[in-house]
Amino acid sequence: MAKAALFFVCLIPLGRLVWLAFNGGLGANPIEFITRSTGTWTLVLLLVTLSITPLRKLTGYNALIRVRRMLGLFAFFYVCLHFTTYIWLDQFFEWASILKDIKKRPFITVGFASFVLLIPLALTSTNAMMRRLGRRWQQLHRLVYLIGIGGVVHYWWLVKKDITQPALYALVLALLLGYRLTLWLQARKRVAPPPAPITPVNLASHK
Amino acid sequence: MLIRRPADIKSSEITDPLIYRQRREFIKGAAAISALAALPLRADAATKLSGVKKSTYTVDEVLTPFNDITTYNNFYEFGTDKASPAIQARNFVPRPWTVTVEGMVKRPMTFDIDDLMKWPLEERVYRLRCVEGWSMVIPWTGFPLNEILKRVEPTGSAKFVEFTSLNDPKRMPGQRSPVLDWPYVEGLRLDEAQHPLTLMVVGLYGEVLPNQNGAPLRLAVPWKYGFKSAKSIVRIRLVEKAPISSWMRATPNEYGFFSNVNPDVDHPRWSQSKERRIGEFLKRKTLPFNGYGAQVAAMYAGMDLRKFF
Ligand code: HEM
Repeated sequence: MAKAALFFVCLIPLGRLVWLAFNGGLGANPIEFITRSTGTWTLVLLLVTLSITPLRKLTGYNALIRVRRMLGLFAFFYVCLHFTTYIWLDQFFEWASILKDIKKRPFITVGFASFVLLIPLALTSTNAMMRRLGRRWQQLHRLVYLIGIGGVVHYWWLVKKDITQPALYALVLALLLGYRLTLWLQARKRVAPPPAPITPVNLASHK
Repeated sequence: MLIRRPADIKSSEITDPLIYRQRREFIKGAAAISALAALPLRADAATKLSGVKKSTYTVDEVLTPFNDITTYNNFYEFGTDKASPAIQARNFVPRPWTVTVEGMVKRPMTFDIDDLMKWPLEERVYRLRCVEGWSMVIPWTGFPLNEILKRVEPTGSAKFVEFTSLNDPKRMPGQRSPVLDWPYVEGLRLDEAQHPLTLMVVGLYGEVLPNQNGAPLRLAVPWKYGFKSAKSIVRIRLVEKAPISSWMRATPNEYGFFSNVNPDVDHPRWSQSKERRIGEFLKRKTLPFNGYGAQVAAMYAGMDLRKFF
């Protein structure tokens, strides 16, 4: 029930764009409006996805984990819209100029890299893939930290002067990643025995 | 395309001008009465300007709708979002207002805006190309900046002209944030400032200039990126050395002094070869000097425009 409700909540930004488009509400530069709106919601959904684990650990409310995949996939959905807007409405399939942008404009390079990295995560989000990949699934999905950083850097580099907005997103991301880093450091302190010298024997045991 | 916008018919185009003006008079009278009731008296944006001559310095292109020109503005004094000047400048009162012209001139002078508005005014349709990659076609009303310069008589050592915008964080809320080094400063070389295309603007679409477009007095230098056309100007100074503009100070590697529209010199972070004309779907090619090359290119003969960007 709650999950179904959340599904529709995640569609509101798209619904709003469609509504505005039909009611002349996209302003003087509709294409810019759509690009920015879909970009913003990609980043918001990425950060919301990244906040599930900290929230779960802090509140003990484990059911949250059940919506994490959906949120991540919605982030992917919005970045697909964002990318399509750019390719189609903004550049109108001018491949030469798109390639030049990706190569030459650092903010596009970083955004594009984040988008490309999201693809394998979306493809491996099914239960079957989770089972098949086992422990490597988690390793692969740690890429989302890098994608989050890429998203914020992309935003930071594209603004002309007023960095208030990207700075806010950067702060939230720093909190979310900082939380994980702290846990990881604590865990390491607790369990890590003094590093054993690497010998053929314990190399073999790590096989 | 799915995107639909309401027709942009202004009431002034429907209403007979005479009735319109009578109505204005009536509203003015009513406003005077309501002033007694301590209601704020709006500065008269949307007042029709009379006696405006059509100029031959006009491009024959489809005008950008009034509504787009007045709701999509880069005017950081009223917020960095392009939608915010229309909202944040709503209660700005551009009166009383004077502009001081000083520096290397034989006769420094101060002009009152209400006197300037009585000078012979002309309407010119100019292209405006923003450094961000969009453009508009705008019917400005004003007079050549050179009319002012002729009166103050620059001395032989004056080489550049510096424009300073109003600095008043109480009336310009965007100035409470240090996005730019306030006040906004821009500059032109003297020959650029004297060029017949360089216009001092007091009106838009035949009406008094709306606040969000730089009321009461702004520049329009159509062959340069939009930010070169300073808004809400209070001081004009003739100087010997090139002024450092606000944008040059903010990011020296991204903004140069000349900032002539040039499709061959990219902004370090995005391409300048194309632009989106507001209201059009496909991008169009950006023209050197924004299409005003025939009139202005000679001023830059022999200059390396990659170096002097
Ligand atoms: C995970 C990947 C991405 C995220 C999180 C992301 C996020 C964003 C955000 C937050 C904005 C700014 C919105 C605003 O100004 O309010 C934006 C703008 C933009 N993004 Fe992305 N983006 C991503 C990928 C891409 C890709 C793949 C491209 C194109 C190849 C792209 C091209 C753009 C463009 C052209 C703009 C608008 C710049 C402007 O209007 O000045 N982005 N994006």
